[in-house]
Amino acid sequence: MRWLFNLSFRRKIPLWTSFLISLSIFVVGAALMTRAYDDMKRAVIISASNLGHTLANTVAPALLHDDVWRAFEIVRSPIRGEPAQTPVQVDAVVVLGPDHKVFVSSDPDTLPMLSVPATLGAEWVELSSRLGAGPKWPLVLEFDNSAFLYVVLPITDRDAQLGHLVLRYAKSVFHPWFIDSLWQGLGIGLLVLAVLIPINWYWARRMATPLVDLAQRMEMILEAVPEPLPPDLYPYHDELGQMFQAYDRMALALRDKVALENQVVKSERLAAIGRLTAGIAHEINNPLAGLITIVDTLKLQPDMDPRTLRSLELIDRGLMQIRDTVAALLVQTRVQARPLNQHDLEDIHTLIQTQVSKRRIQLAWSTEMPDELPVPAGLVRQILINLLLNALQAAAEGGHVSLWLGRKDESNSNLIIVVRNDGDQLSEEQIAKLFEPFASTRAGGHGLGLWVTYQIVTQLGGRISARNIDDQVEFVVNLPLGEVLCSTASA
Amino acid sequence: MTQGIPNLLPSRNRRRLLINSGCLAAGLIGLTRKAKAAGGKLRVGMTPAFLHDQHKLLDEWREFMVDSLRRPIEFVQRDSYRETMDLLRLEKLDFAWICDYPYLHLKQEVRLLAVPLYQGRPYYRSYLIVRRDNAQFKSMADLSGSVFAYADPYSNTGYLAPRYHIRSLGHDPATFFRKTFFTWSHRKVVEAVASGLAQGGAVDSYIRDTLVHVEPDLALRTRVIWRSPEYGFPPFVSHRSISAGDFQIMQKHLLDMSTTEKGRSLLARLNLDGFIIGSPTLYDGVARMMRAFGEA
Repeated sequence: MRWLFNLSFRRKIPLWTSFLISLSIFVVGAALMTRAYDDMKRAVIISASNLGHTLANTVAPALLHDDVWRAFEIVRSPIRGEPAQTPVQVDAVVVLGPDHKVFVSSDPDTLPMLSVPATLGAEWVELSSRLGAGPKWPLVLEFDNSAFLYVVLPITDRDAQLGHLVLRYAKSVFHPWFIDSLWQGLGIGLLVLAVLIPINWYWARRMATPLVDLAQRMEMILEAVPEPLPPDLYPYHDELGQMFQAYDRMALALRDKVALENQVVKSERLAAIGRLTAGIAHEINNPLAGLITIVDTLKLQPDMDPRTLRSLELIDRGLMQIRDTVAALLVQTRVQARPLNQHDLEDIHTLIQTQVSKRRIQLAWSTEMPDELPVPAGLVRQILINLLLNALQAAAEGGHVSLWLGRKDESNSNLIIVVRNDGDQLSEEQIAKLFEPFASTRAGGHGLGLWVTYQIVTQLGGRISARNIDDQVEFVVNLPLGEVLCSTASA
Repeated sequence: MTQGIPNLLPSRNRRRLLINSGCLAAGLIGLTRKAKAAGGKLRVGMTPAFLHDQHKLLDEWREFMVDSLRRPIEFVQRDSYRETMDLLRLEKLDFAWICDYPYLHLKQEVRLLAVPLYQGRPYYRSYLIVRRDNAQFKSMADLSGSVFAYADPYSNTGYLAPRYHIRSLGHDPATFFRKTFFTWSHRKVVEAVASGLAQGGAVDSYIRDTLVHVEPDLALRTRVIWRSPEYGFPPFVSHRSISAGDFQIMQKHLLDMSTTEKGRSLLARLNLDGFIIGSPTLYDGVARMMRAFGEA
């Protein structure tokens, strides 16, 4: 039985509802049938009682005057020649005399005149025994396993009880009628079922399908970040719809959580790398300065043989390269800073012109800023140069690069820088490691430009992100305004 | 009943007829005047002596009678002989077709008008009938202790004759049967026996034989197990108070029925051949039986 409850809703709902529909049709049908049978019996008794009263009144004088033939004509009048066809058609009419003997009957062959009840069978003996007790008229008698229903009325003339009138109805006629009604009821029931069941299946499937879909999605939650639901899956606002909305909210929260976790992991890694590199750089810088001084001093020695001098220069170039690299790793925000102004942007525009014209890039330049903005000009200049040069390099020859700089609106306390290029799209992996040092995607780049940019942005309390959008690669920098200028940071 | 009488009757009949027509022609004018003075309408009582519930036939007969007599005619139907006899006694009827037994009862009040000819003779019998499918009854003796249907207490063939027969068998007709009842019509005796209400019944041979033609389904469910001797056929009578003229025109009408086509067709449907004047001696046999029961 348990398997029945384990079935999918797709099957369980239509099965259960079909079962319930069938059950209710059956129960209602059965109730109606029982009612129909009772009604039929009641109709028979009412009809019998009406007929009986008429016959009893009419036959009374004949009984009183012992006029057998008149009585016979009267009791035979409701009998048709052929056997009874309808339940209300009387099968036999019998007049019992005061002695309970048959005075006359409509069917003298089986109920002959003058017969005593004992010769007519047990039913008549029982019937005759019930007459004495002064029963409520009409007396309706239905014996077990009997083929007949008896309705008995007294025949009276004023106060005198002359005898009894017995109307006998064949129950065999009831049954075909009842069976007829039964078949008719069954037919209608089946017709209703034939209409209701497909409708029921359709609705049940309609309800179950999104439910099943939702269940499957819920099961997938642990394995993958849930996708948002297709909006047309269940566009209604009943409990199911509310469940879908709740699922959507949950999926959204889960996606945000995963994104946040990724972000945190990435930031922490970058911070760790930053601390590591800064530590190494400091450790290198101190002896390096000494080494460079020593090499410079040695180079000034007059009696240096050429071989030694060549070696010293070799060492000097090597030390210089080390210094450059370390300098690049050590991002320093200057102590003295001034606010960003229009001239800074013009400078940058000028600075990158060489690259722009060399690669025939279409540059879209759009800045929306007041005269001054409270962000450190030097750092922002470095950010802009890094991002723009990076974009110019990434864009194809003759491609497009665009810059947008400004605030979302005037009251906004963030400066936003958006740089786009139409070069190759970034892969997921590239995006994940984009701001790590030496992560260059290009041959020839040292891979520190974005790292440095990232370091500056995060030290200024801002955010930087990269994404693919509309066949372009977009870098967005979001810097808080206001707390300017005194912040020193050295990584 | 002798075999000679039927052969004699036609010649006697013819002679009477000639005489009557002579008288009729002579008294015609006076007769019509008298009839008008009497108010015109003639009342004829019809009884279960024949199949009196053939209403269409009766209507046609009455119309035929009106056309023939040029007098208004009223047919008065009663289901029992007794009622018709009472009407005759009270002079509410001028003529009546009654059974031979009532005729003898009313001999002081009525005159014999005409006797129908059945199968060419003015006789009929009583039949003792039982159900066709009941083989155990072969004679009256077998019906002892059964339920028996009589036609009418004033019927010869339906009451007097069978009782006389029982008596001749040495039984008392009052106790011979377990129960008896009257159906007030010969036709209904046949019905009572056919339906099984009564095991036996006494019926007019003319009616039972006519029924075999008219309603074979009913009549042939019975069979005849005893035939009585012949009795004079139920006669048409007139009340003694009616005028000689009325008596004669009605008698002539009946006697002449077989001479017209319409009359013959009516007679055929009544299963009769015609009418003769008849003689009261025809009913001597009935009178004998009545005497046996101390009734006359």
